[in-house]
Amino acid sequence: MKKVLLCATILGGMFALAPQNANAAGDIIVTYKDDVTTLDPAIGYDLVNWPLIKSVFMRLMDNKPGTAELVPSLAESFTISPDGMTYTFKIRNGVKFSNGRAVVASDVKYSIERAVDPKTQGPGGGFFNAIKGYDDLVGGKAANLSGIQATDDHTVVFTLTRPDATFMQVMAISFSSVVPKEAVEAAGADFGKKPVGSGAFTLKEWTSGQRLVFARNPDYFTPGVPNLDSITIEIGQEPLVAMLRLQKGEIDVAGDGIPPAKYAEMKASPDAADMLVEGNQYQTSYITMNTKVKPFDNVKVRQAVNMVINKQRVVQLLNGRATVANQILPPIMPGYDKQFGGYAYDVEKAKALLAEAGFKDGFETVLYATNTDPQPRIAQAIQQDLAAIGIKAEVRALAQANVIAAGGTEGEAPMIWSGGMAWVADFPDPTTFYGTILSCGGAVKGGWNWSWYCNPDNDKLATAADSMSDPAKASERAAAWSKIYANVMAEAPWVPVINELKVVAKSKRMAGSPDFYIDPVRIFNYDAISVK
Amino acid sequence: MLAVLVKRLGSSCLILLGVAAITFVLLYCMPADPAVMIAGRTATPTVVANIRHELGLDQPLIMQFFNYLANLLKGDLGRSYVQKSQVSSLIAARLPATLILMFSGIVVEVVLGTTLGVIAALNRGRMLDHIVMGLSFIGVSAPQFVVSLFFLIVFAANLGWFPMSGFGTFNHIVLPALTLGVLGAGWYARMVRSALVEVLTQDYVRTARAKGLTGVRVVLRHALPNALLPIIAMIGIDIGQFMSGVVVVEAVFGWPGIGQLAWQAIQQVDIPIIMGVTLVSALAIVMGNFLADILAPMIDPRIRV
Repeated sequence: MKKVLLCATILGGMFALAPQNANAAGDIIVTYKDDVTTLDPAIGYDLVNWPLIKSVFMRLMDNKPGTAELVPSLAESFTISPDGMTYTFKIRNGVKFSNGRAVVASDVKYSIERAVDPKTQGPGGGFFNAIKGYDDLVGGKAANLSGIQATDDHTVVFTLTRPDATFMQVMAISFSSVVPKEAVEAAGADFGKKPVGSGAFTLKEWTSGQRLVFARNPDYFTPGVPNLDSITIEIGQEPLVAMLRLQKGEIDVAGDGIPPAKYAEMKASPDAADMLVEGNQYQTSYITMNTKVKPFDNVKVRQAVNMVINKQRVVQLLNGRATVANQILPPIMPGYDKQFGGYAYDVEKAKALLAEAGFKDGFETVLYATNTDPQPRIAQAIQQDLAAIGIKAEVRALAQANVIAAGGTEGEAPMIWSGGMAWVADFPDPTTFYGTILSCGGAVKGGWNWSWYCNPDNDKLATAADSMSDPAKASERAAAWSKIYANVMAEAPWVPVINELKVVAKSKRMAGSPDFYIDPVRIFNYDAISVK
Repeated sequence: MLAVLVKRLGSSCLILLGVAAITFVLLYCMPADPAVMIAGRTATPTVVANIRHELGLDQPLIMQFFNYLANLLKGDLGRSYVQKSQVSSLIAARLPATLILMFSGIVVEVVLGTTLGVIAALNRGRMLDHIVMGLSFIGVSAPQFVVSLFFLIVFAANLGWFPMSGFGTFNHIVLPALTLGVLGAGWYARMVRSALVEVLTQDYVRTARAKGLTGVRVVLRHALPNALLPIIAMIGIDIGQFMSGVVVVEAVFGWPGIGQLAWQAIQQVDIPIIMGVTLVSALAIVMGNFLADILAPMIDPRIRV
């Protein structure tokens, strides 16, 4: 009798659950070539794990799906002091980690301190450098950030050392994800393989080199989110094979995108409308000219190079998956200047400038690029463009890590084509294109300022702009940044070449706004996508 | 016999130590900074320096090497820079797939290669011999990626007989094993043929024929066992080669073996994984040869010490 009762209860339970799941039906398969490195939010920092981490964990703030608009998430509400130095967040009631414990304010404090602590070996600590006590924690003088206080279970207060216009955006990046201390301590360095969060999905299975399975979190704080029941990430799939499988309907999303050789065929097929999603991203591909290497120390030489690059041909080499750029910021970024003309294509004027600089017959130099298709072909196109004004550039196509190392070594790489070094801005703010790639602070060994360009006046203007944290001054701040980038372009350390479009290939049954697939901030919004 | 074994074992250990030292120095000299790769584009110089310090990369090379060796003796291959997991557990997770692929590949190439070799030897100088040798020439010279993509497109994508990629069922292993087997069979066919051709002219074979044995029986009972020696040696080498990861075949068929792990680690400058995979495959090569050396005298009394 007991058994019968038990069965009845289980069956009853199943029927009770069924209607809830009806609108959320869907298990999808996504493929990637490389294994997911980690799901530890303090460590993960690539285009594959970033969106997954965002779906497994919650942060105080988040972005509205498919947009860059900030909305409270783990925070229910927040207040900012008039001087922009104190932020107070009220934590939502009843949010639970997947281990069952309620999320409290001290978890927020612990998680951000963990992201900053050098012992975590994470890349994201620098984002939090405006928080009081940052230098002491990084320098090993303190174990905590004095600028974060959990005043009670549902209130956390941040005190800054300077106003920081990007602070709220930083509260939404993956490094700000909230983790439970006990789970982190139990898993140790393996937390990245055994993540415990409070996000829309929970990790159910991870078979190294084969697959990861995520299931929807039934306790997620927003009813009806996520739409999917489960996501299976299959690992080790060559992009070309993934495309074949996608066309046969075996998988739902080819995570690594469409190989160049396959793009034209896909685009021309009758399924293109249902299977391809294209959109802008916070990305610019550029050529750096090393201002510490002769003759690129001469601004006229750099300006001349800016006038001879046939950007339209680079777009063609990418099968049209890009738009021509004339400035540093991509068009969808605040601070992008529509009026800005840039350097027009003009070989004669470039020749004249080179002659003025004393290089009437050109010179020899080296152009670095990564060695994965189509980047070497693009580098060769640039090589031909340079030859038009007598610059003989040797193309050096290397593995990405070696190009990055050469760029970060003083006097090493005269020119670098940045294409293929997958990087998009972490959040929609003009400062992201300046901080480590154009500021004096980035022009150091192992840094990312490959032009080694340093203009202290611009640095001062940048600090001033980033201190305008009052949301009411947003447009004034964007204008300030436009001015800074115009200054940079006048000195021409880069040739901004193209803005790459993001192209996602999905199965016909996948539904939801195209913006969810090319989400500017999440990269890919697993929470919002759905199945027909 | 024992003394020889001990001596071989000793030299095997020295070889492994040498491999560890050379790999370590090469990785150190590589113009790429693991700390920069981990830190990503937005990291401040302090963050990069801290990561370098935490990983011990700011210590002198010799210290890093001795630390590595000391841990290695304790069976600790260290933790991945990027994934933070134990390298030993990452390798262990991939080992079954690699072993299965290795075993199936060797079975296919030995069976196919030996059969073709015997056919060629028995038909020496005739059309069949030329066809088999022509095929084996294609086999030894065709690039892995061409053959594996060809199999994938024909038998998986178009005909749909086998899954396109993955791991788990018998059907998954067929195409990768066939790719490796077909490519490797060429070597075996050529070797078996030349060994047989030589053996078939020997006096004892003539005696066997004179006794009235059929051609097939002569080959199977008398000639082939004597031609087996180079095959055993070759399998020893193949074990090592397949253990170091058959990167291309694994990549095309999404096979979760050591090769894919190594490939990803090289892209990410994940030195502990690269070191670990190199050592494991060096160990496999040394052990494969060692086993071949032990087995050979058991099969062939002529080379007993």
